[in-house]
Amino acid sequence: MSTLTYRNAIVAAQVQEMERDASVFLYGLDVSDHKRIFGSTAGIVEKFGPERCFITPTAEDSMAGFGLGAALCGMRPVHIHIRVDFMLLTINQLANMYSNLRYMSGGRLSAPVTMRAVIGRGWGQSCQHSKSMQSLFAHIPGIKVVMPTSPADAKGLLAGAIRDDNPVVVLEHRMLYDIEGEVPDGEYVIPMGKGRVVREGADLTVIATSWMNIEAVKAAEILERRHGVSLEVVDPRTIHPLDEELLVNSVNKTGRCLVADYDWTFCGFSAEAAALIGERCFGALRSPVTRLGFAHVPCPTTRPLENAFYPNAESIVRSVEKTLDLPACDLSGEVFYTYEHNFKGPF
Amino acid sequence: MNTTLHTELYRKVYTVRMAEERIRADYMGDEMKTPVHLSLGEEGLVAGVVHALTATDKVFGTWRNHALYLTKGGSLDDFFCELYGRETGVACGKAGSMHLSSPAHGFLASSAVVGSILPVALGAAYAQKAQATGDIAAVFFGDGATEEGVFWETLNYAALAKLPLLFVCEDNGLAIHSHIQNRQSYDIATTVKTFNLPVFTSDSTDAGEIHELAATAAAAVRRGEGPAFLLLKYLRYLEHVGVNEDFSAGYRCKEDCADWFDRDPVRVQRANALKAGATEAEIAALENGIRAAIEAAVAKATASAFPALDELRKDVYA
Ligand SMILES: Cc1ncc(C[n+]2csc(CCOP(=O)(O)OP(=O)(O)O)c2C)c(N)n1
Ligand SMILES: [Mg+2]
Repeated sequence: MSTLTYRNAIVAAQVQEMERDASVFLYGLDVSDHKRIFGSTAGIVEKFGPERCFITPTAEDSMAGFGLGAALCGMRPVHIHIRVDFMLLTINQLANMYSNLRYMSGGRLSAPVTMRAVIGRGWGQSCQHSKSMQSLFAHIPGIKVVMPTSPADAKGLLAGAIRDDNPVVVLEHRMLYDIEGEVPDGEYVIPMGKGRVVREGADLTVIATSWMNIEAVKAAEILERRHGVSLEVVDPRTIHPLDEELLVNSVNKTGRCLVADYDWTFCGFSAEAAALIGERCFGALRSPVTRLGFAHVPCPTTRPLENAFYPNAESIVRSVEKTLDLPACDLSGEVFYTYEHNFKGPF
Repeated sequence: MNTTLHTELYRKVYTVRMAEERIRADYMGDEMKTPVHLSLGEEGLVAGVVHALTATDKVFGTWRNHALYLTKGGSLDDFFCELYGRETGVACGKAGSMHLSSPAHGFLASSAVVGSILPVALGAAYAQKAQATGDIAAVFFGDGATEEGVFWETLNYAALAKLPLLFVCEDNGLAIHSHIQNRQSYDIATTVKTFNLPVFTSDSTDAGEIHELAATAAAAVRRGEGPAFLLLKYLRYLEHVGVNEDFSAGYRCKEDCADWFDRDPVRVQRANALKAGATEAEIAALENGIRAAIEAAVAKATASAFPALDELRKDVYA
């Protein structure tokens, strides 16, 4: 084990896969400039050369098609987008080309392309530099979607995505890049479709995605101390394929469920997860499944509205108190993750 | 030389420069929580083009939109209030720097997704023609945007349908840190010409010269001759996003830019105004007035309230 930041765990996964498989290459805007996608492609061009790590013109749509063509001919491209908002220019390739290819070739063809994209909150990022979009991508049959939260998951899941024979979208939250954690040395691969219990608990399951796991663990600690309530936090890690058994088993045990998704709620993953729990845990549920996500508005720039747009540990605490019929505890002395001191812009 | 014209151009150029210098001075205080893509170096270009447009012509911009906003008539107060995220801003602080607009002055929208504003301007040009308003549309975009397919699709339809659209390519030879020769196999001017529209190229920093060029192009567009294309080169003085120089980053070298700094648009247009007959005292008074207006705007912004939380859910739907 080594202690790595999330960004360095991403680097480690890419190096691991590029060393083991000469068909893997990285490309996209900014991948070899001096900033290196917030450091997540550091050292790659020096190690593997510009044939295997290169910058493209500002042409996401065609460069996505390019990746598909290369994949059809035996390569394993990793297409990198510094913001998922820009990756939306590839949606035609994803929804009309990537996703259908295997099915329409009767299983003869496959498209092992990985698309990495940075998601989520930064610093006054506003409406075109802040989305997550896991629900949109996961909606499309043929596309897999993963959202690593810990550095170890970043390494293992990205490696798993690169090895997977399907198109896989890997969504990396900007604020996670600085998080440190223990990461296995040597070859480390997590297959798609395996979730993780982040924290064990007895009273209520929080199904959390990406950054919401950080907020949920904080909320769990407060609820334990203030109310003696024990939260179980479950990170599905892959949105599709979804580790249904893990979620169902947890809710069958606790009898209560909150889905804290890092995306809009309407028609989103939180609705999907709530439906799953409703269908499969009906008899065990002691209260209705509740959901938290972005406010149903475009992401605003100014800090007070940005704070209100995103769900956080406090909204989780309040939601759980309501579900369990507990009085609202005084949170004034609590130390939350604060964007005021931890992250200054721009970007 | 026309005194009024050159003094007005100087007013525009100086306003943009001073407003952005004010941002630079305050930015590290972390009160303006919005990524800024500054226009330092292109003030003459934007002022010259905008001055060739009418108050009701429709303009569209990018993330690098401060100069466009301020020259097209946008208010300094609203501008600073927006950057400080206050309820008194352009959009109550929701838009921030990257999404400025001033519909009352014809600045309809800006987008921070490369190329995405181009076809929107195309539709606006169509509407001017369909409604016979006599106005034209102008779209500002960077050299990088020409790499997106949507650029060529927009160009094609504008030329095909002879729409009153003025393309204004703000060519700094860079997309973030990537040089144009590493991104483009084509020469923009030569290639755009093959779509059968006039292309005007300049690397002038002189707002007066740009104005003349833009006036010729805009007049042709206004006469119904179809779109025209301005390819205007400039030096981006600062880093792509943020308030600092970044010559130490290694991808470009300050010494190579000496010629551009020698032709700084503010200095050039100041000299123009004096040559055109404005007195030193008049120019100094103009400058003092602009700086005072900027200080007043910043004072208003910092004294204004942040939006109330119920603002979050307002204006999502009409
Ligand atoms: C579709 C899309 N891809 C990538 C980006 C990231 N990005 C922001 S500005 C920029 C550079 C664009 O260069 P150019 O069009 O020349 O404009 P400049 O910043 O030089 O004014 C890029 C790539 C984006 N905003 N949108
Ligand atoms: Mg450029």
